[in-house]
Order: sequence, then structure tokens, then C-alpha cells
Amino acid sequence: MLANRRQFLGLSAAGAAAVVTSSPARAAKIKSNARIVILGAGAAGTAAANRLAERLDGAKITIVDARKQHLYQPGFTLIAAGLKPANYSVSGTGDWLPSDIDWIEEAAAEIDPVAKKIVTTGGKTVDYDYLVVATGIKLDFEAIEGMSLDLIGKNGIGSVYAGPDYAAKTWAEMDRFTETGGVGLFTRPGTEMKCAGAPLKYTFLTDDYARKKGTRGKTEIIYAAHNKTLFGVPIVNEKVRMLYEDRGFNTVYDHVMKAIDPGRKIATFATPDGDKEIGFDFTNVIPPMRSPDVIRNSPLPWTDKWTDQGWVEVDQYTMRHRRFPEVFAVGDAAGVPKGKTAASVKWQVPVAVDQLVAQIEGRESSETYNGYTSCPLITQVGKAMLIEFDYKNNLTPSFPGIIAPLEELWISWLMKEIALKPTYNAMLRGRA
Amino acid sequence: MKDVSIGMFIAVFEEIFGAGLFWGMVAAAAAILLAFLYLIVRDHKLESRRFLRAELWAPVGALAAILFVQFWTNSGFTDIGGPIDVIVLILIGSAGAIGLTILAYVVPSLLSGRRSA
Ligand SMILES: Cc1cc2nc3c(=O)[nH]c(=O)nc-3n(C[C@H](O)[C@H](O)[C@H](O)COP(=O)(O)OP(=O)(O)OC[C@H]3O[C@@H](n4cnc5c(N)ncnc54)[C@H](O)[C@@H]3O)c2cc1C
Repeated sequence: MLANRRQFLGLSAAGAAAVVTSSPARAAKIKSNARIVILGAGAAGTAAANRLAERLDGAKITIVDARKQHLYQPGFTLIAAGLKPANYSVSGTGDWLPSDIDWIEEAAAEIDPVAKKIVTTGGKTVDYDYLVVATGIKLDFEAIEGMSLDLIGKNGIGSVYAGPDYAAKTWAEMDRFTETGGVGLFTRPGTEMKCAGAPLKYTFLTDDYARKKGTRGKTEIIYAAHNKTLFGVPIVNEKVRMLYEDRGFNTVYDHVMKAIDPGRKIATFATPDGDKEIGFDFTNVIPPMRSPDVIRNSPLPWTDKWTDQGWVEVDQYTMRHRRFPEVFAVGDAAGVPKGKTAASVKWQVPVAVDQLVAQIEGRESSETYNGYTSCPLITQVGKAMLIEFDYKNNLTPSFPGIIAPLEELWISWLMKEIALKPTYNAMLRGRA
Repeated sequence: MKDVSIGMFIAVFEEIFGAGLFWGMVAAAAAILLAFLYLIVRDHKLESRRFLRAELWAPVGALAAILFVQFWTNSGFTDIGGPIDVIVLILIGSAGAIGLTILAYVVPSLLSGRRSA
């Protein structure tokens, strides 16, 4: 008996030891004295900083961002649906950065990729050997005549994108609207945008609340698509079209919002047949999206594509600049055909980091980005479709045969609500 | 998703619960399981009467686990949308059932000390 017990304890101790030692062995760090500057400490910049600090020994890494708050933007949809408080999306930029890098708490004002230096708004010049551009997106509210941030939360005007507090104000308006009914007007901009599924999600969520409150009969839901489709991936577009029909939405195509009159509650749209006006009792304004001015005023953007938007001219597989090989762009700033989501960041950053480290080492990297993008497309509170696709518009499910991408599922909702933010946080730390 | 790895899942779980709570829960689960195995080794068998009594807790554990997940998230039974959702529901229920059964077997056994067969 005693022997038995001892054997048993020995066995369990061995088991515990196996668990502890099976954590992945860290690859040896590469020695380098390269000066690396990262512009932007959002999702992509922070993940890149952590991964570079992990891979390199001796490199001087500097991250430049004036924003003290880190924003978990996928949470804005949940805030604007009344499911999370505004602070759900807010943390400190510094909380996520590795301790051994420099953080300049200023914005970049100038980039000179020929002289390989940047200048900050405070006038600091920082020279670099490698530059990682991760400045994200500028929301161009001014491009919509009559629109400004202070209108959000009044007169039926909401904007989920504008930030966590604005998302909370949007919820207050949506909550009020779904109590009474009326015309709900939903749009998306004519430019590239981050998370192209988000405008659709919010339309579905408003519909869901109106149904649950019993006001759907008194509610008209209009969705104004910017072109002839609802979603850029054909197979997903068809599914969304079917769901829109099922939910009884009125869809108009080729409508891009150009002006809003908060007093009269009328939005004006540019269409192929001239301007059209649509009245609303509630609307979710999503403005055109562009690169921040510092990028648009630099030589980094594409010159023959997206000229009104200014995305950085990178190779779509390596994330390396096509003209300045020591410059990389990751996240929303990158001028690639797809991939303005945090899910894309999660794939792009390890690729760009490996390409950069390989360049330092003088070897070729085989890591590439295939356009992977994912969007948990919420179709009601409690259900979503876990849509994942690549450059070729192929569906690329992470759990093939288990989680059907085009089905409205509870498990996909659970992933959005429980696992997405932790996965995002793990990504920031360079661990996912 | 790029590189779905064990390390990534551990990182995600550490973010969900915090590293301390997560590893604490793993350790607690492992300790209960080890105690269960230890009791079987000690008694040379599974005490069938005690196990039967412990099994009465299974439905309670199953229901509690399912209701906990629904309470923790903004979702309920009406959100079941396809076969995988039913499977997930069954898995959550089974985890609760098995967990509570083992706990209900282990705790009284350890408290009352060794019983003669
Ligand atoms: C409403 C909404 C819902 C979304 N839902 C999802 C979703 O469900 N799933 C998903 O994967 N993604 C989603 N996204 C998209 C996701 O949040 C972004 O794709 C992701 O944050 C991009 O990371 P980034 O680092 O490129 O940009 P950001 O995270 O926006 O960071 C950019 C950083 O650059 C800084 N910066 C700007 N200008 C300068 C300058 N001149 N100098 C220095 N720094 C500068 C900014 O201060 C900011 O910190 C959603 C986004 C929104 C708004």
C-alpha cells in the first residue's frame, strides 16, 4: 500500500514537471544594434514592439504615439449595443509596451524615408535603420458636410466608430429609438474601412432590439450600401443579402453619405443618379477613412491606387514597402487589398517582424501574409457568423467542419464575447 | 487563423482569467483529479455506493455549468443556432456534471478517511 502511494505521488510529480517544462522553448535572440522606429502604438504597433523586443538583443526600439489610452476597438460594437460599459475598450498604452523600449509620447509629424528619419510634433528628430508604420486610420468626419463629433448622441445621430464614449452615446440613442420606432438609417463609407462587417452588425443589432421590444412593426430599417454589394466577399455578400431580406431591411445600393442635416434629420447621399435625400430617426454615421496626414504627406503611399486615402505602398505578402525596403507597414495603415481588422494584424505582424529580422540577419524569410481577415458578424445578441477569408475571397475557417462560417451560431457569439478581447490582448503581448 | 497552438490557447486563457486565477483553477482541477485517482489506488476500487451517491450531483453540475455560461455572456437557450451549438451545450453540461461528480466523490471520502469495503 505504502509503495503504491509513493509510486503514485512520484508519478504525479513527474506529470507536473512535464507540464512545466513543455512550455515552448524560446528561440535564441538575435544580436543587433539596429535602430527600429515604430509609428503608432495601437494593435499593430504594440504587437510589433513586443515581438521585436522578444526576437532582438541590443536593438534600439522606439515607439512613437501621442495617445495615452489604448483602445480595443472591436469592443465598440458591444458598447454601442448596451452590452458593455465604455471603459470595456479602454486601457493604458504604456501597460502593453515592453519595458526596455523607448516610448515618445508625441505624434509623428514628418517622415523622410530617403534620409531615414522621422520628426515628431514636438520637434524631435529620430533616425532609423528600420521603420514600422502602424498609424492606423483617420476618421474623416469633416468629409460629411454638416457632421461633427459633438452631434453624436443627439437628434438620433450615433457613430459606433468614433470612440468608446461616442459608442456609449450611440447606444443611448439606439435604445431610445428602439423604444419608439421610426426610420433607422445605416450606411458605410465609399473608402476602404476597418472591419467592413461592423456597419452590418450594427444594423442587425438595432433590428434585434426593435424586435425584442416589440417595436419592429413601427420601424423601418434602411441600409445604404456604398456600391452594388453588401460585403466584398461574394459568398458572404449573398448570405448577408439573404439575411437582410429575411429581416425585412430596405437596401439601397450605390449610396454614399455626403451631408447630414441634424435639424431636419435628413442625410444626403451621392448616387449615380445625383444626390438623394433620406430622412432618419436614428442613424449610425460611419465617415470616410484615410491614412493620417503624416502618411498622406509623405512619399510612402501608393501613387496609382487609393490616391484619396493614402495607404502605404507595401508588398501584400511581405508587408515590406515596395520602394523603401527598410520600411514596413502593418495594420490598417498598410495598403493591401484586404485586411483592415485586428484579426489581420494578428497574422501580419509576425510576418512583418520575421521579414524585418531576416533582413537584419541577411537571410530570406519564408513568412507571408495571405490576406487573412476575420469578422465575427453579429446577427443578433447571442448569435454571430464566424467569417474568415483571404485575398482570393476564399473562406478560410479556423475550425473547418466544426464551426460553419455562414451559419448564425451561438458558439460564434461566445467567441466574440468571451475569447476575442483576450485573444487581442495576447496578440498585443506578442503571444498570439 | 495563423498558428493555432497550445501556447496560444494558454495565453488566451491567461488573459481571460488572469494568470494567477487560471493556473490556480488548473491546479485545483488537477488536485481534485489526483485525489480521485489516489482514492481509487488507496481503496483498490471505486466505492460503488459512494460513487452512485456522487452521481446524483451530476445533473446539478450540468445545469449549473450551462446557466453559468449563459449568465456570464449575453446569451440563452434561444440562441442555439446549429448542431455545433447543441454539442457545445452538451460539452459544457458534461464538464459540469463530471466535475461535480468527482468532487462529490472525493470530498466525503477524504473527510471520512478510509472505509473498509
Ligand atoms: C467599431 C469597430 C469594430 C471593429 N470590429 C472588429 C472585429 O470584430 N474584429 C477585428 O478583427 N477587428 C475589428 N475592428 C478593427 C480593428 O480594431 C483595427 O483593425 C485594429 O485596431 C487596427 O490596428 P492598428 O494598429 O492598425 O490601428 P489602431 O489600433 O487604430 O492604432 C493606430 C495607432 O496609431 C496612432 N497614430 C495615429 N497617427 C499617428 C501619428 N501621426 N504618429 C504616431 N502615432 C499615430 C494612434 O494614436 C493609434 O494609437 C473594429 C474596429 C472598429 C472601429
